[in-house]
Amino acid sequence: MIEWIISILLLVGGCFILVGSIGLVKMPDFFMRLHGPTKASTLGMALLLISAMMLLSSTQETLSVKEILISLFLLLTAPISAYMMIKSAIHHKLESIERTTGKDNIEDDV
Amino acid sequence: MLEIVILIVFAMIGLSLLLNLWRLLIGPSIPDRILALDTMYINTIALIILYGMSMGTELYFEAALLIAMLGFVSTVAICKYLLRGDIIE
Repeated sequence: MIEWIISILLLVGGCFILVGSIGLVKMPDFFMRLHGPTKASTLGMALLLISAMMLLSSTQETLSVKEILISLFLLLTAPISAYMMIKSAIHHKLESIERTTGKDNIEDDV
Repeated sequence: MLEIVILIVFAMIGLSLLLNLWRLLIGPSIPDRILALDTMYINTIALIILYGMSMGTELYFEAALLIAMLGFVSTVAICKYLLRGDIIE
């Protein structure tokens, strides 16, 4: 029974990571490209780490908390690195396509 | 069944690493390349976790934790360098 749960979590996590990388390649400009890896890949990593924790806890009869530490660290640091990257993109004044809205709200760089 | 699923997820993550490498090669600007490298280290953590799962050992998770911390610090440092022209002011 727990093997089925681990397998489903692994497959869903792998699909999320793959979708994030496809979005990184296929999206037209940087402001759209940032969405794929910072959201989908992070969620896929969290699912994969939860499945690893379940597998090792079921085989070794002890609760392993290192995976929770890694997934918490990734979930905390992904928004910060995305913020730093979007700051550097605004600083470099990257061009965007027509449909990207909200660029008028950007204040002048300090 | 779990072995087959682990192999399938290995293939998925390898394919996504190749896609990240493609974006790293063609990326038209520098933030694109930083984003591709950031995604690549996250996917490398996934590969190490999967290898530890298939081996059934807990030894590799410490390497995953180290890669996570160093990757975050390097991403923030290079973005800071692009923003200010200096890392520690």
